[in-house]
Amino acid sequence: MKDRPRVQDFDWTLLAIVAAICGLGVMEIYSSTHASAMAGMQWKQLTWLGIGVVGMFLISRIDYHTLLDQAPILYICGVAGLLVVMVIGSTHLGAKRWISMGGIFNLQVSELMKLIIIIVLARFFSEVRTDRLTLADLVKVGALTIVPAALILKQPDLGTAMVLVPVAIVGAFIAGIEWKHLAIGVVLVALLIPVAWNMRHHLKPYQQQRIETFLHPEEDQRGAGYQILQSEIAVGSGGFWGKGFGKGSQNQLGFVPVRYSDFILAALAEEQGFIGVCVVLLLYLGLILRLVDNAQKAKDRAGMYVVMGVTAILGFHVLVNASMVIGYMPVTGIPLPLMSYGGSSTAFVFLALGLVMNVRMRRFVN
Amino acid sequence: MPSWNVNDQKIPQARLALVSYLSVIFVVLLMIGFWKLQVVQSGHFADLADRNRTRSIPIIAPRGEMLDREGRVLVDSYPSFSILLLRDDPKSLGKSLPQIEEGLGISHDDLQQALDTAKNEPKFQPVVIKPAATQADIAFVESHRADLPLLELMMVQRRRYQHGEMLANAVGYVGEVSAQQLEDSDGHYRPGDIVGKAGLEREYNDQLEGTDGMRRVVVNSVGKVVRTLDDVESIPGKPIQLTVDYDLQAIAETDMADKEGAVVAMDARTGEILAMVSKPTFDPNDFAVRIPQDEWQKLNTDKHTPLLNRAIQAQLAPGSVFKIVMAAAMVDSKLIPESYSVYCPGHANFYGREFHCWRPQGHGEVELHRAIVDSCDIFFYNVGKMLGIDKIAYYGSGLGLGRRTGVDLPSEEPGLMPSEEWVERVYHHKWYAGETISVAIGQGAVTVTPIQLARMAAAVASGGTLVQPHFLKGYANAKIEHFPLSDDAVEKVTQGLFGVVNEGGGTAYHLRLANIDLCGKSGTAQLMSYDAANRLGTKKMDGWFVGFAPRRNPEIVVAAIVQDTMEHGGEAAGPVVRDIVKMYYDKKAAHNQQQAGGEAPAQPGANRPLVATVGGQHP
Repeated sequence: MKDRPRVQDFDWTLLAIVAAICGLGVMEIYSSTHASAMAGMQWKQLTWLGIGVVGMFLISRIDYHTLLDQAPILYICGVAGLLVVMVIGSTHLGAKRWISMGGIFNLQVSELMKLIIIIVLARFFSEVRTDRLTLADLVKVGALTIVPAALILKQPDLGTAMVLVPVAIVGAFIAGIEWKHLAIGVVLVALLIPVAWNMRHHLKPYQQQRIETFLHPEEDQRGAGYQILQSEIAVGSGGFWGKGFGKGSQNQLGFVPVRYSDFILAALAEEQGFIGVCVVLLLYLGLILRLVDNAQKAKDRAGMYVVMGVTAILGFHVLVNASMVIGYMPVTGIPLPLMSYGGSSTAFVFLALGLVMNVRMRRFVN
Repeated sequence: MPSWNVNDQKIPQARLALVSYLSVIFVVLLMIGFWKLQVVQSGHFADLADRNRTRSIPIIAPRGEMLDREGRVLVDSYPSFSILLLRDDPKSLGKSLPQIEEGLGISHDDLQQALDTAKNEPKFQPVVIKPAATQADIAFVESHRADLPLLELMMVQRRRYQHGEMLANAVGYVGEVSAQQLEDSDGHYRPGDIVGKAGLEREYNDQLEGTDGMRRVVVNSVGKVVRTLDDVESIPGKPIQLTVDYDLQAIAETDMADKEGAVVAMDARTGEILAMVSKPTFDPNDFAVRIPQDEWQKLNTDKHTPLLNRAIQAQLAPGSVFKIVMAAAMVDSKLIPESYSVYCPGHANFYGREFHCWRPQGHGEVELHRAIVDSCDIFFYNVGKMLGIDKIAYYGSGLGLGRRTGVDLPSEEPGLMPSEEWVERVYHHKWYAGETISVAIGQGAVTVTPIQLARMAAAVASGGTLVQPHFLKGYANAKIEHFPLSDDAVEKVTQGLFGVVNEGGGTAYHLRLANIDLCGKSGTAQLMSYDAANRLGTKKMDGWFVGFAPRRNPEIVVAAIVQDTMEHGGEAAGPVVRDIVKMYYDKKAAHNQQQAGGEAPAQPGANRPLVATVGGQHP
């Protein structure tokens, strides 16, 4: 047993997989944008990655037990931050998500909230001393999740709001949800779908439209349905082997929407084919399995819950994003972690990985 | 140590393993999803991708020119630009609209209407917002390539009618292919194609229209052309040469400038149309771009019917011009002795009804020649009564009246030559003998078109040869009909027609031309019944003149009608005919002089027949 956590105890296998995914992402960002007005975007992404790595090291230094100790305060700060966003947040692309930080960068509080919910729920679940979650526990978990989710939904950002839910579900599952509760939950969701359908008029117009176009993509040629269709065309026309680096017409001519970000997998699928997609999906599977492995080897349940929270969020991102690209899910604005261009989302993933490293480094420490 | 941090619980390995298995399942499902798109349906999506990025832009073939008989250009085409608006990107579209409106001088409503009209078309199909771009418009588009990438120029070919209204009704106009034509064309036409809609443009559309070429280009997601893949050049339409003589047409147009009516000038030997005027008319250039709806409405509902080609579509009472047919019928049928004469007191009673001569004081004793020269109605009433309607109809329709001439223009009207059979078929009653009296002077049920009268006069003067009028030079299958008239009949009638112009007292003596044997017959007809005329408060008439030269086997025949005039045919329409015939002979003389190359000018009168002396017998 060592008495100090060391950087050598980082999960280097996991980081190798992360590096491979990031490399593919930067490559595809370059391919998608080098011939356009956005040329040079790959450098920006590399900068974000660099910042992310630094953030990962920093967060790994703070013992996760300390973080979990502060969970209530973090939670209150997070919710307060979301409220602040509602009041003074800057509006960009029709959504209030950012707090301007002195003009240097805009802080997206909802990304921070993802980290906070991981910590808060890890703390909550590890306080459950049995292998049985009571109904009261479930209600508390639900309440903890729904408050920030509702605030984020209000921004409006359906995608990020949804991302909080799998942390609760995966946590509850591991904490020992009772089968009857699970069954009741499934039935409730099944019953809620038609209710939600009838409540859809209370959704924001863009959300209504996204649902509409998901159900009837052919009726909306230029909106979200058009995006999904163009994405499908890009993926399908890529074929087995792909059209080659920089040679995807859907990608290069701009038919694929936000091809460097949310739809980067479509761009990659067009140029690298089914083979390329398989490599990416297997890398993500490797990432998830490696994360679960870290959870299994965690020193305590608290650490395990932290790692599984990260796993839940990343897995959910990959699943929803890849499904969207092939038209199996509506457009929700959920990026592909580590590949999609973007400062906040990249930073979040690395901070989340920092938590994982944090847990791993301390598995032998007393 | 807080309660949550007591490390007394084992990690639930089984449940974590279950999460791993679930992850594997999800990834496999995703791979199946990608497999379906990228392997199973990849051909379909490759097609869609190609359709996305490639676009076929038609290269419009110019239509063939129309030349006059001497090769002068009447109608041609010129390249011009249309301004297209790409509307793939609704967001930047909305922002750019005000700038576009101002830069191109398009009103907000017009622009909005153009966008609304195209609302149901695929979004990648650009909208034509300005069909005929000016130099300034093109400069605007070029200089705003960077900040207004939504604007695009497309080269098109536009029809140019060099002389505007000249020959407009015969030439016709072009326009966008109709839904019906599209359907009938079996894929030959695409929506928006320009085709001949009327007149020669329509008749000879197949020759005139070329074959559009095609340029395949790669476009990006906002429809901008990135590069060209391949080009199929267009094949221009073939030019057609018309038989029309610009100089004759020009003088006919000038003479008819502020009148209402029609003129047909024709080579009497071949049927070649030398000039054709219909007034009022329109400017086919208005149709060459895109005629505004209200202008089109106006042209269609104008009570002066500018779109009607009166030369072939106006079905009018021939009036006294019909006496040519009566005279020919009288002599040729031999039912009435040539020496037949009547006393004209200015009126006469037939079948209990009073009929008037146009000259109230009467013509006195009149035989055939005098009756033609003076246009005595009483004489021809009697001839008509003796011949009967069926004999008149036989000669009338034999000489081409009441049936289409077969001119190479669409929508020619037949007119009507009434007969006993016709009245029984259409009205189911017997022919009223009294009607024959009216028909005998070209009134009543008989109606003709100006082109029919021209052909009839040429046929009588040439011994019964009916040519098929046509506009196309070298028209291959011009039909010639024969309706043999006895030489005696031809001689008597043409002498009379020569007298009309060349004898003192003739109704058109004022039209006589030195050295030219102009023959002709005037006519003055009431288009509507007296009741109708009174109701509308108009006493105006249709004035005809049909003339030809020379007297026998004429070279040129001209029929003119001036409608809605206070003058008689000789005064109203006669000068038009005279000017055209004079121009024809002037040109011929100049041409002969040129041919002779400095030799003494040919004497047009040198080969004149002895008619002059015949005329002299009737002072």
